[in-house]
Amino acid sequence: MTTSVRPRSILTIFFLTVGLLTVLSALSLFYGAVPISRATVLASFHAFDAGNLQHQLVQEVRFPRLICAGLVGIALALSGTMMQGLTRNALADPSLLGITHGAGLGVALSLAFVSEHSFVTSLAFSFGGAALGTAVILLITVFARGRFSPVTLTVAGAALSALFSALSTGITLFHQVAQDLSFWYAGGLSGAKWAHVFVLLPVVLLGLLISLHIARSMTVLSLGEDVATGLGSSLTKVRLLGFCSIVLLAGVAVSVAGVIGFVGLIIPHISRFLVGTNYYLLLPVSALFGMTLLIASDLLARMINPPFETPLGAVTALVGVPYFLYLARRKELSV
Amino acid sequence: MDIWHAVKQARLTLFCLCSLLILTFVYSLSTGILPVSFGAIARTVIGQGTEAERLILVDLRLPRMMLALLIGAGLAVSGTLLQGMSRNALADPGILGINAGAGLFVVLTLFFFRSATHQLPVLPFVAFFGATLVAWTIYRLAGKAVQPGRLLLVGVGINALCGALLIIFQLKMDPRDFQQATVWLTGSIWQADWSSVLTLAPWIICLVPLAFLDSRSLNLLQLSGSLPQTLGLQVERTRKRILLIAAALAGSCVAAGGGISFIGLLAPHIARRLVGPNHFSLIPVAALVGSLLVLLADLIGKNLLAPADIPVGIVIAILGAPYFIVLLFRK
Repeated sequence: MTTSVRPRSILTIFFLTVGLLTVLSALSLFYGAVPISRATVLASFHAFDAGNLQHQLVQEVRFPRLICAGLVGIALALSGTMMQGLTRNALADPSLLGITHGAGLGVALSLAFVSEHSFVTSLAFSFGGAALGTAVILLITVFARGRFSPVTLTVAGAALSALFSALSTGITLFHQVAQDLSFWYAGGLSGAKWAHVFVLLPVVLLGLLISLHIARSMTVLSLGEDVATGLGSSLTKVRLLGFCSIVLLAGVAVSVAGVIGFVGLIIPHISRFLVGTNYYLLLPVSALFGMTLLIASDLLARMINPPFETPLGAVTALVGVPYFLYLARRKELSV
Repeated sequence: MDIWHAVKQARLTLFCLCSLLILTFVYSLSTGILPVSFGAIARTVIGQGTEAERLILVDLRLPRMMLALLIGAGLAVSGTLLQGMSRNALADPGILGINAGAGLFVVLTLFFFRSATHQLPVLPFVAFFGATLVAWTIYRLAGKAVQPGRLLLVGVGINALCGALLIIFQLKMDPRDFQQATVWLTGSIWQADWSSVLTLAPWIICLVPLAFLDSRSLNLLQLSGSLPQTLGLQVERTRKRILLIAAALAGSCVAAGGGISFIGLLAPHIARRLVGPNHFSLIPVAALVGSLLVLLADLIGKNLLAPADIPVGIVIAILGAPYFIVLLFRK
């Protein structure tokens, strides 16, 4: 439980991040495929005119998209933090350990077998798939009990992802909906609407509350499982609640935004480096950073090749893979 | 000496595998959407079959199965080489990202030069380039004295990177090209014709014996510490050469049949169980096992949900991924 940075510096970093977040949010509202003047964007907030198409565009497209990006970022960062803490593995990330591809399998099933495809069905199926993926990878962790190094677990996760994605590709090719699945896999927020916000918000809040509820046990767990048991934490309870929060957070993020990798990997690292392993501090800081990173990535996805959108998952992968490779070469990989 | 010893040791296994391969081959020839009796196959072989039988057998099924044999052998040998040179029992061109690199370059070629190029013999070269690029990157990143897991980890990262770039270009294709590219990427041989067989065959026929010639070096590389050097092996040069051969094999197979993962993992493992770790017998046996596996996967793929075809790569991934996880446990 070492704190790498002094409290004053933490405050500085906090305010810097909030400042950056504000700038990025403003940019995502002002910038878009259709040029809209700043005055009009601002006017749409304080003097909304339903007849004005530009006002509509800001309020019904850009604003909900921004909120969605923020919430998805929070969800991904928190699920990554919980995942790394529970498996005590610095390489854990929902997208690396097969959870995201589990959710993908769920979406593939819903694309293939549910005739009236809607957001709610895809949400339900992707929750189911995420739960399946999380359950399998946690079972592997529990069964292996210490025999698996972080490296081995990540490799097992890659194999699991390969299995899930082979199954989903097979199903979607058979039912000729493969490209739908790929669009979804690519990840993106171009279709984000207020409806998505209303689903994301309560689920993310619930996930955050569950995570905070077991924050103390998670902090103790970072000292080692023996220490945690010795200090009176019930490992089963922590694992179960942690499992729930991961499934909720990863499932909802995947169902709204598709496969967005590496956010859940990078953010916990940066946050742990800054505030240490006190989860009461670590969780909110991760959430803040996750939000910032995802809003920045979404902005980048729109700016690289306008008016076309670069898949969001590809943007985060291009940022995340170098960091992952750096971690892969590092010696110490336990949290 | 080594060779004759190995052949003597493995002759029973080789004989059994060959007979099994021939049986599967003939059985697979006779099944499909339109079943063809064994008698009809025999008639066609001696040139007495009807025109329809000739069309089904010679123009449709035979190239597909020849391709299965070649791809299986190529990927299996590629995996054997990778496992041997890295002394890592879990190396496989698919898991290490070599297939993804080759696939990325093929899709890039299809994307920028569209149509026409699809059948061209240039694709294996492009794929070879991509495979070599990835192999070189992994080699540099993973370093020399590296623990086995790290190598795989670098592969996971490379796979993710290639996957991200692939999806960017795939989504810009029109739906028909896209479906084709996806089917191809997941590892499919159902559109095989004689021209793709003839494009792949020279690569496999040249490279597999070349790999076999390196058996002695591969055996030496298994020794620990500085023993290989002491025995007169130029370790780094040999490893680089073997890596290049492995990349060429994987690349040409990907160009012909798409990214079939796990064959390069499964085949050497099964082969090692059958004949032990001597590469003189391991390489030929692994090649036969690989061919047999792809042939069987193709047989399953075309009959399980008939008349629909399941790409052979998917069948193998569904069988291979759990096996891989079990291997991780056992290690």
